[in-house]
Amino acid sequence: MTSLMPPAERIWWNVPIGREEIVWIGLALVWCLILFFMMPYWHIYGKQNLSNEAYQTTPAKFGEKVQAGIDQYTVREEVGIPVVHPPAGSDVYMLGRLWQWWPILELEKDKTYRLHLSSMDWQHGFSLQPVNINLQVLPGYEMVLSITPDQAGEYAVVCNEYCGIGHHTMLGKIYVKE
Amino acid sequence: MAQFRTCPDTGLYFHKSAESLIKVNAVAGVVALLLAGVLALGVVLTRWQGVHLLPADQFYLALTAHGLNALIFWLIFFEIAILYFASSTLLRCRLATPGWAWLGFLLMVAGAIMTNVAIFQGNSSVMMTSYVPMQAAPHFYLGLILFAVGALVGVFVFFGTLVIAKQENTYEGSIPLVTFGAVTAAIIAVFTIACGAIILIPTFLWSIGYIGHIDAAMYRVIWWGLGHSSQQINVAAHVSVWYLIAGVIFGARPMSEKVSRGAFLLYILFLQLASAHHILVDPGISSEWKVFNTSYAMYLAVLASMIHGLTVPGSIEVAQREKGFTKGLFEWLRKAPWENPVFSGMFMSLVTFGFIGGITGVVMGTEQINLIIHNTIYVPAHFHATVVTGSTLAFMALTYLLIPVLFRRQVILPSWAKLQPYIFTGGMTIMILFMLGAGTLGVARRHWDMDFTGALLSFEYAPMAYTLMAIGAAGGVLGILGGAMFVLITVGSLLFGKKLEPSAGLLQSFGKPLAASAYSKVQPERLPMPPKLAWEEHGSAGFEAPGTFVLAMLLLVSFIVYYFINWNYLASVWPLG
Ligand code: HEM
Ligand SMILES: [Cu+2]
Ligand SMILES: [Cu+2]
Repeated sequence: MTSLMPPAERIWWNVPIGREEIVWIGLALVWCLILFFMMPYWHIYGKQNLSNEAYQTTPAKFGEKVQAGIDQYTVREEVGIPVVHPPAGSDVYMLGRLWQWWPILELEKDKTYRLHLSSMDWQHGFSLQPVNINLQVLPGYEMVLSITPDQAGEYAVVCNEYCGIGHHTMLGKIYVKE
Repeated sequence: MAQFRTCPDTGLYFHKSAESLIKVNAVAGVVALLLAGVLALGVVLTRWQGVHLLPADQFYLALTAHGLNALIFWLIFFEIAILYFASSTLLRCRLATPGWAWLGFLLMVAGAIMTNVAIFQGNSSVMMTSYVPMQAAPHFYLGLILFAVGALVGVFVFFGTLVIAKQENTYEGSIPLVTFGAVTAAIIAVFTIACGAIILIPTFLWSIGYIGHIDAAMYRVIWWGLGHSSQQINVAAHVSVWYLIAGVIFGARPMSEKVSRGAFLLYILFLQLASAHHILVDPGISSEWKVFNTSYAMYLAVLASMIHGLTVPGSIEVAQREKGFTKGLFEWLRKAPWENPVFSGMFMSLVTFGFIGGITGVVMGTEQINLIIHNTIYVPAHFHATVVTGSTLAFMALTYLLIPVLFRRQVILPSWAKLQPYIFTGGMTIMILFMLGAGTLGVARRHWDMDFTGALLSFEYAPMAYTLMAIGAAGGVLGILGGAMFVLITVGSLLFGKKLEPSAGLLQSFGKPLAASAYSKVQPERLPMPPKLAWEEHGSAGFEAPGTFVLAMLLLVSFIVYYFINWNYLASVWPLG
């Protein structure tokens, strides 16, 4: 019953450690260091990183930017939602609000865009499917990241942060053209 | 006046007030677990798209109530019971200020009821995280604050008891390892509750209109100081329970006090930071801070968990080998008392926590990998392997131990009790594994409808995602069955179990002390240090626990393989920068 009793040695920190413990601690420590260094390594050599560029904003200010993009680059409408085809390599804007991702984006394959995201009201989750890229979208913060769609097709933006009763109807769309 | 009784079976001493408080806290916890389990049925049968049981509003209500009752109320009530046990009972010391302890308990009960009322009134389906600016009713937050204050009082009663034990010299040498683990949990609890106060009090004031605005990003950073650290309380508590059960069932001695205590110390030193792994894909937070926070803290804490993962089964192996189970690598394990739910629950808790909960946690806590996991159903799958098959199962195992020892009743339905840990673990493991898979396919957590009924646009998940969710949910139903068996057996034992002590009646099951004659000691004799081992039995004797070492290597290899599989998956998604 000694885990329920005081250590058998008064100076318990001087008792030598068993061999498998030493070996295991060594192995585990090495592994932990690898776990750690994989992250900076990926920042340097990996292709999927967050720039963590972000700005404080307000729903009104961000809404204006989104609207400017819509006014300039809308190519058609789909179920009442503008489809925006911005120039390759430009800044593109999308907002989340109860319960929509707005507008629909049409991008070109293998071109890099600066995507700006923010919320007009509550927190939302930008979940690009089926690619499976997931980002947290907050009101008051404009997140900027560069994305390079490398496959053509039709992608959905699911909201995966709970945002009230209509949460499950909050879908957006991104087209990637050849 | 005699205040202590001795348990004739284990020799443990129970102080009258501590005994009552351990009982009421444990019982309150089980009530919360029962409620959480009923709600889990609604949640899981709704996530099973083919059944889709609840309408959307009820689903989100049930999910909010499930999360809070399970994660906060069940676990923390039970942990307060563990703190009193690990201080008063193990150190043979009277409980400090029982009056305050009762006040803390009442605050916790009042808080839990208040928050539940708010949720069930229907205007507070904000999930347990209650992210601003979505707003719940004021008494939702107030209930949580009261609960936290009550828990804090309990933690200070625990510390007070340690001080008294030291002053009154109730034990020789240093505190036992289990108590040391409990100290770890308690220290982390203080930090956790401080974060909770910093964030929930302003949020409460905001909900009644005193504060105009709460920043969403700041809320998340501080809230996770509460939300993450409280998971570390659970880990420290259930690791202590593992050591405790290994000690009671096998008479196991920690392989090395230094290593096990050092590992607990790592928890205290490094855990406060790791809250970043919940906000890795949030805007406005630098990568340097994310990497430092999610890893520096995490990996030294991960190291600590990996150490416990070796030393707990290792101490069992050493004890078993001393008893003569020395054949091959695993006779000690094969011949362990698998039909005793105290052992089987504890051991499965260890395995599922390490192999599933631990590995998936580190993987998704990696800064970049979080991009392909954040807020998918992978996340709840992961933490059901930590708080359900990890903490909850360990606490269930301890409960089986406590029913005769503390409540002085025999466990009813022994053949059910034998099976219960297997059904619970089996069901939950199925749910966990299949929902991990569904998360990898992008299925969202906290989401009512995989078909997006009513949306203007449309999207279809891969058919496989539906299959995985359905099998996972079926596993969840089996897990709930296992949970229901647990509640039935424990509550049944308290009500109808054979009395091991004639005065252990109905009210005694719910906190009333036993007959005065049961308490025979004014002060137990001092808790002695156990006999020393021969010096050469320490350390240098080569591999004392080769079987455990092989299991540990298996863990490491699984860990490495799975970790790099996920990097590989990440490398396949759109380039981002
Ligand atoms: C007994 C069987 C249980 C089943 C079948 C079950 C099932 C589930 C499922 C399917 C979800 C995710 C739903 C979603 O995100 O859409 C969930 C959420 C959750 N569960 Fe459980 N659960 C069980 C027990 C527990 C226990 C014992 C705990 C804690 C100790 C727990 C803590 C949680 C928490 C904290 C959440 C997250 C709630 C949120 O997202 O706000 N569950 N549960
Ligand atoms: Cu949403
Ligand atoms: Cu965490």
